[in-house]
Amino acid sequence: MQWLDAIVQGVLLGGMYAQYALGMALMFGVMRIVNIAHGDVMILLSLIAVSLAGVLPLGNVGLVLVIVPIAVGLGWLLQKFILNRVVGADPLPSLIATFGLSIALQNLMLEIWSADTRSLPNSDIASASFQIGPIYLGLLPVIVLLCAFCLTGGLDAVLRYTRFGRGLRAAAADTEAAAMTGVDPKRIYATATAIAVGILGLAAIFAALRATVSPSDGSAQLIYAFEAVIIGGMGSVWGAFIGSMVLGVAQAVGLRIDPGLGILFGHLVFLLVLATRPEGIMARKK
Amino acid sequence: MTDTPILSTHGLTGGYGDFQALFGIDLHLMPGEVISLIGANGAGKSTFLKSIFGLLPVDREMVRYEGAAVGGTPAHKMVGRGLAMVPEGRRLFVGMTVEENMRVAIDHARLSESEGQWTRNRLFELFPILGEKRNQPIEDLSGGQQQMVAISRALLCQPKVLLCDEISLGLAPKVIREIYAVLPEILSGGTSIVLVEQDVTLAREASNRLYCMLEGRITLTGNSNEISRDDIAAAYFGASNAMA
Repeated sequence: MQWLDAIVQGVLLGGMYAQYALGMALMFGVMRIVNIAHGDVMILLSLIAVSLAGVLPLGNVGLVLVIVPIAVGLGWLLQKFILNRVVGADPLPSLIATFGLSIALQNLMLEIWSADTRSLPNSDIASASFQIGPIYLGLLPVIVLLCAFCLTGGLDAVLRYTRFGRGLRAAAADTEAAAMTGVDPKRIYATATAIAVGILGLAAIFAALRATVSPSDGSAQLIYAFEAVIIGGMGSVWGAFIGSMVLGVAQAVGLRIDPGLGILFGHLVFLLVLATRPEGIMARKK
Repeated sequence: MTDTPILSTHGLTGGYGDFQALFGIDLHLMPGEVISLIGANGAGKSTFLKSIFGLLPVDREMVRYEGAAVGGTPAHKMVGRGLAMVPEGRRLFVGMTVEENMRVAIDHARLSESEGQWTRNRLFELFPILGEKRNQPIEDLSGGQQQMVAISRALLCQPKVLLCDEISLGLAPKVIREIYAVLPEILSGGTSIVLVEQDVTLAREASNRLYCMLEGRITLTGNSNEISRDDIAAAYFGASNAMA
């Protein structure tokens, strides 16, 4: 029974990771832009949310309505002024630029918010739980998982069936050929990054509700997001979702074996997937 | 035909960064005309097409389109003005189906599919094999079929000027004939064509006028049926060029 519980809690944890990973699936998996500042941007949004909640009586829904648009704007600016200058066939320039941004953001956040851990004020939603059979489920983690599921389905549909989605996939496959077919690659990339960071805005609020955040936490989120995308398979949005579940379950099971092993177990499963199925779980067969 | 060219270049120079590949190209295309641009590998033909299309930096006055100076306009805006290209090596969108590749063009075309003369159904009549394979990933198609998709994608932009970069490259003679057989149909709709070719015979047969390029310069131009093979050979290989 404790293993079943571990798996259920792992899936719920995976819901949180899926929210980190979705933006990464879009930027790294589809556009092939390596954004090292992914986790730091999310932490920045969390801290902004915490500070806002301290001065304005917004409630959780109100916070989402404020933070997500800020995130969308931030993503658009990020692409417009930094990433569009460095994207190209070579992944190194974008990696170096966002690595620098990551360091700058971490120090900026330390300067503003200090190294203290913070979280959003405890609300009913964060502590509520219900019971199914012998297993207790937290209400908040279930909401996080449902949101992640809906976002994944929505993003997958947008990529498959909309003008924007086709244009983005075309630009990612061959930027120059897409431009010759009428796609404005820079504009479509800016929109895509705005969506990716917008999703991070929602993740940022859930992260601060669920646990604590501090300025140096970003690199862990970055690693989880990378691992989820690679376990699932590059270019597949549902793959990133499944990859997040695998990572969450691996960590939860590891935690039951020994409380110190949880995170290590996640990394081991990631290495196992890399060794046995490097193209990822959901990758199309060649 | 009117007196103003639909597309012209004026002393066009350009290249990649510090490397200059084009040294003052003057070329014009009249409405309803097919011109071919021939030359050996490395003569600068593809660089020239990219320069026209805004993919490489050029001065504004070096390219005129429908009377307006448009040099350096970004590629996606040139599509909006009525330019389209079948790029060398096809450059299709890998990971997408035949129809999705075509939809990208329809989504961003100068005119919508219903306003323009090219529709998916018309292209599926022209290239029946594409209709059969419309839901297959592009990488599952043969080279000739991929070239048909590349041409379809360009036509669905509803172009006034179509630039074709070595569409016969690497294809079987039978497939080349099939593809060239479509050119009259494209012309009949009022689209003008620039054909870049290495196959001189093919280029002469399919075009009204011909330009020959060598080392970034135009070395010969004239009506395709009046130029002798010896002149072409000299201009193509640079025998009479005193090897500058």
